[in-house]
Amino acid sequence: MGREPIKYIIPGIIAVALPFVLPGYYVHMLILVLLWITLATSWNLLGGYAGQVSFGHALFFGLGAYGGGLLFYFFGISTWWGMLVGPIWAVIVAIPIGLITFRLRGPYFALAMLAVAEVARIIFNSWTSFSNGAVGIMISRTWGGNKLPYYAIILAIAGLALYVTRRLVRSKFGYYFLSIREDQDAAEALGIPSTKYKLYALIPSVFFTALAGAFYMNYMAFIQPDVVFDLTDISIMMILCVMLGGAGTQWGPALGATVYVLLAECFRTIPVIKEVHLLAFAIIIIGIIMFLPDGIVGSWDKVSRCFARPKAAAAGAAGQYEPGPEAKEGLRKPEA
Amino acid sequence: MSLLLQALVGGLLLGGIYALIAIGMTLIMGVMRIINLAHGALMVMGMYISYALFKHFGLNVYLGIFVAVPALFFVGYILQRFIIRRVTEIETVLPETQVLLTLAIGLAIIELLRTIFTSNYQTVEIPGVSDNAFYFAGISMSYAMVIGFAGALILIAGLHFFLTGTDLGRSIRATAQDSEAARYMGVNTRHVTCITFGLGSALAAAGGILLLPAYYLYPAVGNAFTLKAFIITILGGMGSTVGAITGGVLLGIVESLAATYWSMGYQDLVGLVIFLLVLVFLPGGLQTLFKRK
Amino acid sequence: MSFFEIKGLAKSFGGLMALYDINLSIEKGEIVGLIGPNGSGKTTLFNCISNFCTPDHGQILFKGQRIDGFPTHQICKMGIARTFQIVKPLKRLTVLDNVMAGAFLHTNDEKQAREKSLSVLEFCELSHRKDMLGKDLPIADKKRMEVARALASDPELLLLDETAAGLNLKEIERMLEIVMKIRQSGITCLVVEHVLKFLMGVSDRVMCINFGQEIVTGKPQEVMSHPEVIAAYLGAEYAKGRLH
Repeated sequence: MGREPIKYIIPGIIAVALPFVLPGYYVHMLILVLLWITLATSWNLLGGYAGQVSFGHALFFGLGAYGGGLLFYFFGISTWWGMLVGPIWAVIVAIPIGLITFRLRGPYFALAMLAVAEVARIIFNSWTSFSNGAVGIMISRTWGGNKLPYYAIILAIAGLALYVTRRLVRSKFGYYFLSIREDQDAAEALGIPSTKYKLYALIPSVFFTALAGAFYMNYMAFIQPDVVFDLTDISIMMILCVMLGGAGTQWGPALGATVYVLLAECFRTIPVIKEVHLLAFAIIIIGIIMFLPDGIVGSWDKVSRCFARPKAAAAGAAGQYEPGPEAKEGLRKPEA
Repeated sequence: MSLLLQALVGGLLLGGIYALIAIGMTLIMGVMRIINLAHGALMVMGMYISYALFKHFGLNVYLGIFVAVPALFFVGYILQRFIIRRVTEIETVLPETQVLLTLAIGLAIIELLRTIFTSNYQTVEIPGVSDNAFYFAGISMSYAMVIGFAGALILIAGLHFFLTGTDLGRSIRATAQDSEAARYMGVNTRHVTCITFGLGSALAAAGGILLLPAYYLYPAVGNAFTLKAFIITILGGMGSTVGAITGGVLLGIVESLAATYWSMGYQDLVGLVIFLLVLVFLPGGLQTLFKRK
Repeated sequence: MSFFEIKGLAKSFGGLMALYDINLSIEKGEIVGLIGPNGSGKTTLFNCISNFCTPDHGQILFKGQRIDGFPTHQICKMGIARTFQIVKPLKRLTVLDNVMAGAFLHTNDEKQAREKSLSVLEFCELSHRKDMLGKDLPIADKKRMEVARALASDPELLLLDETAAGLNLKEIERMLEIVMKIRQSGITCLVVEHVLKFLMGVSDRVMCINFGQEIVTGKPQEVMSHPEVIAAYLGAEYAKGRLH
């Protein structure tokens, strides 16, 4: 346990130092990367580990963003309070939704969440007196063009999301999430209250997604329902990040998020592809599903397990431990 | 009163066409157990083919059906054969991968169409049809909707006879009931699933084209129709022809009433809310209301 | 008051009566076998006990308390664990992690759960497999893992659903030894089985059901030579000439 913090010191130093040495544009990219790392990691908790695939996480992102936005719109309060209000009210909304939709299995749960997110988008678009409608909400940025404080904040958020994921996965929660994912009936027969634990996965997932949304409000200083509640650009892309990197792994979503943001930026800057960037991403999703379904990190384990010494299925299962001598022998000796 | 009647009749005609569009999805779901989120996109593809023929060759869209529908059959067949079938055989971390796959395919198709045709709203004019209507007992029914409704009925009936009367149709039904058993009985289920997907896509395209003279055409309209088809499929019970008709008509009427008495903008909302309610309370379709134990 | 009691249990699916007026009482420490031809209702009975389906009539009592209708996970918490006829391994988890999923029932501490799991694996002679993925196990090990997993939840009553099915002679013997060890550790068992060698070797009493109804309950030898039981399995013709 003592070796762990050391692993993070050097990357940590780099992470903190980067924005000071890079020009503003690159800092913006880093902020986007960290934002998407947060989104992908939070989705992964519910979808990758607990196996509850939601096609509607944009709902929580939007609620997080509007948490701050509405405070400003109605009360003139700073949107920074949204960082508190956004996640809280998103979780409050999420719980009854979860209680109802968790009764649905597999794809129906996914689509129900999609529908709920779309309902929210339509409501926020149409109910003008509530949300200022499709026009959206605009504020003036707290620190103007200075990106450093924003970077620090999103870095902390992403780090927290990753940390919480790690702690949860390596605990009883992690085992229970995975059991529910693998076989809900077997899990129930082992005394695991599946609905309760699905909620336990839902809550942090929603919290961090909404927190990212609240950050978005403060950083972009402008939100619209069609942007923050968007199915394709938010909900589906979150899934793309996780699938690309590897669902149910600690670092897969972060890797996928990084690749996604870089790709999106590349597409944006090449004139021809800019027009068809959604098409390109759709094709990428299809490609991942067909050829790399476990994502980069997920498939990495498969590959390395062929060559390395028999280790526990590292990132795919909860918990890590050193295999005892019997394990190494047992897999080499012929059957008795 | 006549306002209500008008709404009902309009909804009925619309619902018939909706049923035709949905029947393809219900067929695919029944036979392959996959949720085809690309359904609306395939429909729109058919509509655009017909539209393009109309635009560049002046071909009447009702004739364009005879080009677009086989084309979509082909597209659907290829999709199932080379892409979707491959995925159903992989075990991955995410069990909903099939749904995501069809979603991505739908997205790709719609984006492709958007690139080629732009997002501009297009309309199709058929002289003598588009601007004419029947008048009966104070209700107006546009020619386009009536023709569309009639066409939908004909095609649905045709499908019914195909499924019950031909060998291929029976093979399809057999695969839907139990694909392993069907395979043991000598049914080439691989081929059957591809045919089914092609058929489903073709029917959706037909439905879309029948609707074309009365609707605006733009790429994203596919998404709205995927949702409608899905609602109808769930309402009517998967794999049920009669269910699709019931569900279609029901949805058509509800939408029509909502548009008449509430507001146009909330139409989509109504659909989504119905969808959620049905999912949560009636997982087996409307039949569960009648089959209470 | 019996340790475990089923009173007048009935369950139908649609028009089909899967169970009708089943009565059974089990004393602590017993091993009771449940036999019957395919489709006689054995698995339905298990499913009713663990609430994968809810009985239409009747009561199920555990240590004097009614448990019918309680959610599945609660029944496990109260001390009844089960295995499944068609094994349900947690495929992408290792054997150790599978068992830990059961072990966490009575603890929140990962270390404790792991210790318990390792000792249960030892008990079931699966320690050498602990790092293999659930889906990669051969069937005999999968079955033992099911048992291990159920044991890790510290049950007082264990429902074993055809644990010997699909195993060869040697594997059946090993499973038999494990079940005897389980009984020695004080756990009561209700065992559904087709494999008579296993059943006879293990049970104190046997209940035979057919078409959802009880035919006879008693000592294994008595039940096996009961004409109706023979008739149920082999047909009325055979029952006339007695089979030992």
